[in-house]
Amino acid sequence: MTTAPAGLPGAGLPAVWQRVRGGSSLLPIVAALVGIWLVLGAVDPAFLAPENLVNLTLQSAPVGVIALGVVLVLLVGQIDLSVGSLSGVAAAVVAVGSVTLGWPVALAILAALVCGVVVGLGYGVLSTRLGLPSFVFTLAGLLFLAGVQLRVLGPLGSINLPFESWFVRSVQQGFLPTPVAWGLVVAIVAAYAAVQVTARARRRRADLPAAGVGQVVLRTAGLAAVLSVVVAYLGAARGIGYSVVLFAGLVVVADVLLRRTRWGRSVRAVGGDRRAAMLAGVPVRRTVVLCFVACSTLAALGGVLAAGRLGAANQGTGGADTYLVAIAAAVIGGTSLFGGRGSAWSAVLGVLVIQSIANGLTLMNVDQAARYMVTGAVLLLAIIIDMLVRKRREV
Amino acid sequence: MSEPLLPAPLLSVRGVSKRFGGVRALVDVDVDVREHEVLAVVGDNGAGKSTLAGVLAGAHRPDAGEVLLDGRPVVLDSPAAARALGIAAVFQELALVDDLDVVENLFLGHETLRGPLLDEVAMEREAWRLLDQLAASVPSVRDPVRTLSGGQRQVVAVARALLGSPRVVVLDEPTASLGVRQTAEVLNLILRLRERGHAVVLVSHQAGDLQAVADRIVVLRLGRVHDVFDGDASYEDLLAAMTGAVRPSARTSREARR
Ligand SMILES: Nc1ncnc2c1ncn2[C@@H]1O[C@H](COP(=O)(O)OP(=O)(O)O)[C@@H](O)[C@H]1O
Ligand SMILES: [Mg+2]
Repeated sequence: MTTAPAGLPGAGLPAVWQRVRGGSSLLPIVAALVGIWLVLGAVDPAFLAPENLVNLTLQSAPVGVIALGVVLVLLVGQIDLSVGSLSGVAAAVVAVGSVTLGWPVALAILAALVCGVVVGLGYGVLSTRLGLPSFVFTLAGLLFLAGVQLRVLGPLGSINLPFESWFVRSVQQGFLPTPVAWGLVVAIVAAYAAVQVTARARRRRADLPAAGVGQVVLRTAGLAAVLSVVVAYLGAARGIGYSVVLFAGLVVVADVLLRRTRWGRSVRAVGGDRRAAMLAGVPVRRTVVLCFVACSTLAALGGVLAAGRLGAANQGTGGADTYLVAIAAAVIGGTSLFGGRGSAWSAVLGVLVIQSIANGLTLMNVDQAARYMVTGAVLLLAIIIDMLVRKRREV
Repeated sequence: MSEPLLPAPLLSVRGVSKRFGGVRALVDVDVDVREHEVLAVVGDNGAGKSTLAGVLAGAHRPDAGEVLLDGRPVVLDSPAAARALGIAAVFQELALVDDLDVVENLFLGHETLRGPLLDEVAMEREAWRLLDQLAASVPSVRDPVRTLSGGQRQVVAVARALLGSPRVVVLDEPTASLGVRQTAEVLNLILRLRERGHAVVLVSHQAGDLQAVADRIVVLRLGRVHDVFDGDASYEDLLAAMTGAVRPSARTSREARR
């Protein structure tokens, strides 16, 4: 069977084109990312140096985790503007807990994550019980939490984490040992192949159109190639940081949850058409609350990682443009601002686009002003594409 | 004609009223439907048919009155609750999520699981089986419903209501955008549902469709039960009752005019 069967997503070139046009393909953004890398690498070869790309991944992980949460609230048709402030609060809680109060670091991290859960539950109640628009109450949350952050940090305004704590060391200097990295690649590719093969077998047994053998081989080989290149290239420098592994792991988990579980389907249904989802019997409120909780918890985790990376928490942690970068990343990565459409992977791709631009322009000694303008232009482009896709769907 | 001995109603609506702001969509409505029975609800636009269907389907909570299932009062406070009690509905606006594909829409809220994950294979098979049964010409069950025609969407909505063999099926204008062949197919299906013992509530404003399948016909007018006919009522009688050209029998007449 060499021809792609109809009715299978991702089968054949026409189907791929269909999905690109319909906005449900990650291909355009992957192409854009590669293009950006090529341009930046051509202008300044230092950009593509393994060490710089390792830095890029380390810069991307904390805000990437936050962006992953933003993807979840966007998918369900809401927004959270307070993720930056919340990540700042979480960083402050880790620092104050572990340094000022002398708690074990793990306990301080747990406390920070609990803050995220509580805030998310609060947002969920405001949204589903009082019916308030999330744009407004998370804007209030942004201000309120920024105040909480200052209060928690106290008069000093900045607290250094002990450099020798396991937490700071693993975030700053923890990298997957090379054999472990390759072992992971083998395990992931094997698991992926196994899933593909069993899915194909089950579909064929059920007389449903199934992916061709060639397609399975091609996809598996593609995954193996991408992972190998990443591990080999980054391995030429320090390798893959633990925070990067954590981020990637969270994205994979979120992707499986979104695509393969009842909850994930509810999320897309509620974001796509809330009333239809309700009439179909989807527990709309529970779905929305869970998205807010997941988003806030991931924002808190992003703040924890940021504190670990900096080795400190201060008034600037999670401030300034953090929330804008996180939201922009989700949208640039292809998650719709209008709900229902997107993917966990858009957090990865969007953050890589934004951080690549920031990183590359910094290397070229371009100032902050130009970086903001370029990032803003990219975001505008992403939103225009989002609009166009949505318009085309409506006609 | 003497009253034949009827079995107890499966679903009863007792004294249900519902208002939307100043609009009295339903006023003191009593309706019964039994197993092996197709109850048609007709009426002009705005008569309250969809509101009645919504009450049965758990989409609207009545302001007064109650709904009995097997003679016991039930609380239908959400479509999920109604569904759990065995009452499934096709809503007039279909309630499909455009961005989800046919399989995803069919099983939305009631997905088949295999361990913690969705069982796409089982759902896709069942989807084909249901759609074949309805003679639906859906090109692929993996297309988003946004890409389907009005008729195809309607068939998908009907198929969804039949999943899991509910005891009561409420259909609000299920043939509104169907062609001749698919209308016949849906009416056929309604007859088969009756044969299998389901209770069917069929809402329509096209009196013509109903005579073929209805056992009894309730005429709603301005939110009230204006009249009840046997299934073999003539088109002219129905039309007259729907438009209020004929004074209804006793109880409802004066208030219905208000
Ligand atoms: N959600 C709603 N909000 C306000 N008014 C409504 C709503 N649903 C129905 N109505 C009103 O209730 C009346 C009955 O509507 P409906 O049950 O849809 O009638 P039908 O289905 O018989 O055409 C109409 O006057 C309509 O405008
Ligand atoms: Mg109606």
